Amino acid sequence: MPLLIDLLLHFMLMSLMAIGGANATIGEMHRYLVESRGWISSTEFSSLYAISQAAPGPNMLCVALFGWHIAGIAGAVLATLGMCGPSSILVLSFEIAAGKTREARWPLVIRRGLAPISVGLMLATGWLLAYGADIGWADITLTCVCIIVMLKTRLSPLWLIALGALAGGLSILG
Amino acid sequence: MTDAEPSIAIAPRTLFIEFARMALSGFGGVMPVTRHAIVVRNQWLTEREFAELVGVAQVFPGANVVNMSVMLGWRFGGWRGSLAAISGLVLPSAVLVVCLGALYAQFADHPIVRSCVRGMAVAAAGLVIATAIKLAQSLPRTWRVGLLMVAAFVMQGVVHVPLLLIGALLIPLALWLEWRQ
Repeated sequence: MPLLIDLLLHFMLMSLMAIGGANATIGEMHRYLVESRGWISSTEFSSLYAISQAAPGPNMLCVALFGWHIAGIAGAVLATLGMCGPSSILVLSFEIAAGKTREARWPLVIRRGLAPISVGLMLATGWLLAYGADIGWADITLTCVCIIVMLKTRLSPLWLIALGALAGGLSILG
Repeated sequence: MTDAEPSIAIAPRTLFIEFARMALSGFGGVMPVTRHAIVVRNQWLTEREFAELVGVAQVFPGANVVNMSVMLGWRFGGWRGSLAAISGLVLPSAVLVVCLGALYAQFADHPIVRSCVRGMAVAAAGLVIATAIKLAQSLPRTWRVGLLMVAAFVMQGVVHVPLLLIGALLIPLALWLEWRQ
């Protein structure tokens, strides 16, 4: 199979497997791109992922970097399209169907019913991120300061990220 | 927002610009920034409507913010709105991330670059937690909501249950509890 088509099909499949978010498929991408196809080394995979996390934009854009590394600009475009396409069509179908059947109860039941699960999962994501990022007491303090400022003020989150970069750059953190 | 016509229509151009702005200011995850932009700055949705939108976006496969942009774009601007929102979210930041990838290769070994990125990760974790707490505050205070929220948190955050299994267990339960109401 030509490389680009193989790449596109892989990310289209990942798009449909990304239940709960793109991060759910990172392990599977590693298995396919590194171990099965040998397109990227394991070290390169980790650094590309880290860059995508440090850059602004949706976390799923690590696939653009993987695609770029494997097949240049065309690879980046196809990986991004593949990762966004199928899932977007699916979720749009729900939105359209929910809008058409206005008297039906099911769209509301789905929205109301699933909200608590998603909030619980988001809390878990934040917990896991903090668990991975916070090494010393200074780190934990900074995370807590960010939580409190976000809850008590309407300050844009961007300022807190800048504070984090500053604290890191001045070696205040552990 | 009910399932009836949207109370506001938003020009595709505005959707593109707003989503591009969210994407480009979202370091370490776009979700906290989207909540701020959609609920606080533009007031397109209430806190609770936003939580419900996030719920659907998470349960359907695909990147959560991408799903949100597609649905929100459709609600406020139809096909063109949907396309504008997802393009705004993905295009500028994809170009940027590939440029950064090329740059990073040269500066990856610099200690200051590394510690700045680490500090950003520490702050980003706090932002995600705060966003989740705010959304939790917007939900009705019933035992059903509390049970599902704590169960999802413990299963993923503490016990590390695979996501597919969490969904298989909690989604039918959540829908059943809500339907009985």
